[in-house]
This record gives sequence, structure tokens and C-alpha cells, in this order.
Amino acid sequence: MVRVAVVGLGKMGLSHLALLNAHPDADVVAVCDSSGYLLGVLGKYTGIQTYADINKMLAAEDLDAVVIATPSSLHAPMVRTVIAQGVHVFCEKPFCLDDSDGLELALAAERAGLVTQIGYHNRFVGAFREVKRLLDAQAIGRVTHVLAEAYGPVVLRQQGSTWRSKKTEGGGCLYDYAAHPINLVNWFLGEPTGVGGTRLNKVFSRETDDEVLSTLYFENDVSSQVSVSWSDESVRKMTTKITVWGTGGRIYADRQECQAFIRSDQPLDGYRKGWNVRYTTELSDPVYFYLRGEEYSAQLDHFICRVSSVTVDGENTFASAVQTDRTLSLMIEDAVKGASTTATTAMRGVTTREVSTPDRSEDQSRPRATVRLQRQARLLADKVLATIDRWRDRK
Amino acid sequence: MSPSGNISEEPLMDRLLFGDNQFFGVNHMSEEKARSQQMQFQDMSAILDVLDDAYDLGLRTFMCTTHDRIGELCDVARSSPDRYPDLQFHPCMPYAHKYADAVTENGIIGAMRRFVPDTGYLDAARRGTASLARKEINGLTSLLIDAEMKMFEGLRTPVVWLQNVVVDLLLGLGFKDAFTIFTEHIRSRYGAEPGFITMNLPALLDLLDEVGIENPLVCANINKIGFRMSGGIESYRRALETRSFRAVAMSVFASGAIPPDEAVQWVCEQPNITSIVFGASSRRNIRGTKELVDRYWHDGPSRTGRP
Repeated sequence: MVRVAVVGLGKMGLSHLALLNAHPDADVVAVCDSSGYLLGVLGKYTGIQTYADINKMLAAEDLDAVVIATPSSLHAPMVRTVIAQGVHVFCEKPFCLDDSDGLELALAAERAGLVTQIGYHNRFVGAFREVKRLLDAQAIGRVTHVLAEAYGPVVLRQQGSTWRSKKTEGGGCLYDYAAHPINLVNWFLGEPTGVGGTRLNKVFSRETDDEVLSTLYFENDVSSQVSVSWSDESVRKMTTKITVWGTGGRIYADRQECQAFIRSDQPLDGYRKGWNVRYTTELSDPVYFYLRGEEYSAQLDHFICRVSSVTVDGENTFASAVQTDRTLSLMIEDAVKGASTTATTAMRGVTTREVSTPDRSEDQSRPRATVRLQRQARLLADKVLATIDRWRDRK
Repeated sequence: MSPSGNISEEPLMDRLLFGDNQFFGVNHMSEEKARSQQMQFQDMSAILDVLDDAYDLGLRTFMCTTHDRIGELCDVARSSPDRYPDLQFHPCMPYAHKYADAVTENGIIGAMRRFVPDTGYLDAARRGTASLARKEINGLTSLLIDAEMKMFEGLRTPVVWLQNVVVDLLLGLGFKDAFTIFTEHIRSRYGAEPGFITMNLPALLDLLDEVGIENPLVCANINKIGFRMSGGIESYRRALETRSFRAVAMSVFASGAIPPDEAVQWVCEQPNITSIVFGASSRRNIRGTKELVDRYWHDGPSRTGRP
């Protein structure tokens, strides 16, 4: 039995709590949250031990693992606390708002031999797993481009009072929504070598972005375009879509289905030349308990199994989530720069008439000092990565 | 609140219930299909046309969410009692997206404030320290249920269902009292039978046994390929054979993965299934399913009080 505690009882925390409680190999021994009201109800009606302070919980309970589902800005300090106690940890996405924190924690967990996982549940969706399988088998030849999209109806008017509407807490469409399709792109293509043309647009929110658009550059001239909005009422609930073009065909997938157009005369087993459609009914494996989607159960099952056997390698480790954190950081840095080719530059050769510079939005007028700091942080991060590599080689 | 259906006067549970997923863009197979259905049923008249077809083909029970648009439908049903003399509703609550979106926007406590009238129940929550007593939990739950039931005033609602996302969350959390609170309120306030929708049938039956809810009405995926039958198709079969409950089968076609004839034949061969709920977007498909069920199920409408 894996003795586990859940920290943070929002929507994801409650869902994780229910799924862990139903898991045959997990024993939920405690929960921790800042709301006394929620703790009171849970303690009274389910008998679970409750804590308002994570340190007190860690001191009092003998835990194998902790699941963290607090607002994103608390991920780094809480994960640090848990790792320091030598406890395995599952943390909701995004991992850390500052990617240097993520690197430091990935390194610390690896040194301590701890099992880590981030809640990028799309990697457990049958249709996206099928895309990964097809790409690994080179079913559509050499990949040239990936379109990564997500749309949903979260912010549809000018209001909102939770941490999700606050940039400093890790709110906003970039961390909340775009992180999902970008994490899939990282899974399929690895980490980008650069990004360009990033826009973090405000549609309704005052403080945070509601639309995310960007181009990610990868080695060998592979690119990916990101188009994400959480202010789209035309979709009933969040929908994440991936389209991949390759020399040998095209793959489209969302959480319900995977459509592949294969050009090869000798396609993969079970596939034919031309169009192939696989639905979630055949792509999803049965789960031990179902709540909202197989992927949520499957990811926790993966974590609990790895903790049981202390298997450090696995899907969605801290190290893999750092790739996504770093991609998001690059995009934030890039968005500040605005257009790389402006009308002014383009027209300079054509006419001597002065062309006025377009107004920069608030997002783009970020202080240069911030940008400089971010660059320094990235340099530092690279050094830490190099240290990890050296340390691994020695091992 | 007007008197709703009374179980002693309504012993019959229809064999075939008509569902509403297709009207609201819920399709477990394809997002493209879901969108085209949303377009098809954008106007209430399109929904009404299909419901009329279903009614005229002999379907009398509409198992529906508490989506705002169902409220408009209820208005139509109320204003034309001669058109639908035998129509009855099986409300399925809550319409979860409404609450989930509110939680994302306002947090859990903020969302509760939005949906619960200011009766003082949330004072403890506002203070953020005290825990709620059973009486207060009862009061809150009743308010939420009554708010969802308001649109069905004056219509027959012999069964009120709790949606699977809530049932399975409470089941996972081990929040046992919630099931008795729901049951007591639905029975005493509406004279109706409580029903529970789940994706985890065997686990739910264990819990309902434990809290003493006898011969419960339970709606779950029951299909030939075991799609979303958590616990496994074998444990579902064992439950159907050996346990005392009234099963309503949903997702019998597994979102279209099983050919209709094969799907209905298989379900009709399973023991002790009370009813099948299905959705369809056209008269042709409704008739098709009805004909299949008539062909493979020979014993007529089932009684809710089946031993």
C-alpha cells in the first residue's frame, strides 16, 4: 500500500483525492488545504485526517507520496518541502513558474532517488498515445510541422476572482491551457531551439493572457505553431487538438479520436494506405475507477505503480516537465519583443517617408531589466543542466 | 412546488427511455460530430421536432439534464398537456458544467455563493473555519436540488437521477452520507425515486448496500465491448446476475463502436436489465432502435418494483 496525502483541494485536488481513495494500492492518509470549511466537511464525512499546514502534515504522518494540486505559484516551494523529506511527489501542471526552480527540483529529486510526476494528463489520453506510437514508428515519415491547439470557454467576460485570473499566481491561458498542447509538442518533438512571433493577447482579462499564439522552432527545420484560446464559447469544454504533417502523411488527434492519412504502400500493422480513424472506444484501456476521463485514473495509476516499485523513470517526470516550463519561459520572453519584421523596417528600402511605429500593448512594454534577468536565469539554468549531465555521466 | 410523480401510482418504468446528449453536443465518439449536432439543434424547434417524433413512436420518458434549454422545453410541455398527455421527465442533476465553470471562475466557496440563496448556510464557509453540521449539509443539498428541480414544476418526474460525475466523485471520496441525503430529499419532497448514474457500477452497488439503499435504480454503461464499464465487463455481468438493483443500460452502442443490431441484441440478452436509455437525432434512428428493442426484448415494460 502506498501511503499518500493530497495537498490543495480545488477541482483537480478533489478529483485526485477521489481517484486515489478508490485505488486498490493507495491509502489516502491525509489531506491539506487552507480552507477550514472544506477540511471540516471532508474530515467529518470521510474520516480522512486533515491539516491546514503541509509542514505539520509531513511531520506527523508517515507518507510514501504527496500529490500537490495547489495554485501554480505554490508548486515550487511545496515540492521543495516534500522532496526535502524524502517523499515521492506528484504535482499538478504547470510544474514551476520559474524554470530554474524546476531544474533545481528535478536535480534534487533525482539525487534523492525519488519518483516524480507532473499532471500532464494528455499523455495518458488514448488518441494522443496513438499519435506518439505512430510518430515513433515513423508512420508518416519525417515530420515537418505540428499544429498544436486548445480552445475552451473559461474567460468569457471581464471578471474572475480566483488565482487563475492572477498572473503572479500562475494564472492565465498560457499556463492553464497552452501548457497542455505545448507539452504534447515537447513529447513529440522534444524541446524547441527557439520561438518566434509569440502573442499573449488579453481578450477579457485585465491581468492575464486569454489567447496564446506562437511559432516553435526545432532542429532539422521542423516547426510547430501554437494557437490557444480560453475565451472561446463555441466549444462546450476544453478541447485540445494536434495535427502533424510529415513526408509520409498527416495525423490529426483530439481526446476522442485519431485520424491518420498514410501515404505509404506498406503502412503500420492495423493501418491502411489512405485514411484511418481510431476512436477512443478502441484506444482507451480500461481503468480501475472512472471519473471524468480514463486519463486521470491512468496517470495516477502510473504514479502509484512507480512509487510502489520506486521506479524513477516514467512518463511526465519533473525532467520532462522542465522542457515545457522552459518552452513557456521562452514564449514569455519572446512575446515582449513584438513583431520581428515591422512595417517600418520593411518599407525603409522602398520609401524615405517616415512610417510611425505601431503602439505597443502593455504586454510588450515589459521593462528591459526583466528580460535581462530572464536571460540570466536561462544561462544559469543551462549551467545547471550541464551539471546534471556531468553528474549523470559520473554515475 | 407542485406534487410530482408518485411512485405508488407510477409502478411502470418504461423499457426504453429517450436521452438528451445529442441535443447539447455531447458525443463521446467525435468532436466534429458533436459540433454538427450542436448546429442541428441550435433552434428549440429542431429539438421539439425530434422529441415529437420520439413521443409519436411511443417513447414516453425523457431522461434529461437540467440544462437551461430543458427549461424552455418544460414550458412547452406544460403549455400543451393535450399534445403530451403521458410524457414524463427523468431529470439528471446537476448540469455539471455550470458548476465546474463557476468553480474555475470563482473558486469552490465563490461558486456555492452564486448558486445557493443567501440563507445563512454559508456563514460558516465565509468565516472559513467552522465545519458544517449534518443539518446544514442537508439544507444546502436541498437548496441545490430544489433549484435544479424548479424547471420541472407541474410536470411528472417519477425518477430523479444524480449525474455520474457527482456520483463517482462522492463514491471515490467515500462521502457516504450524500447518497442518503439525496435519497431522502427526492423521496420526501418529490415523491420520486432517486436514481444514480455511474461509470463504476460494482463499486457503487457496494456503497449503496452499505448505506442501506435497497434495490436502487442505477444507470451505467452496459455494452458488448465493455466501454467505460469500470470494474470490468465480467464484474458487471456478475452484478446483473446476483445483485438486487434495477439497471438502466446506457451507452449500449458504445458511441457507435458496435453495430446497432449486435449492440441491442447483446444488451437484451443480459439478465435483469430494467430499461435502456438512448439518444438519437432523427426519426429514422429512433424508430430503428425501437424496432430492435421490440424484436429482442419480448417481455414488455418492466415494473420499477422488480424483486
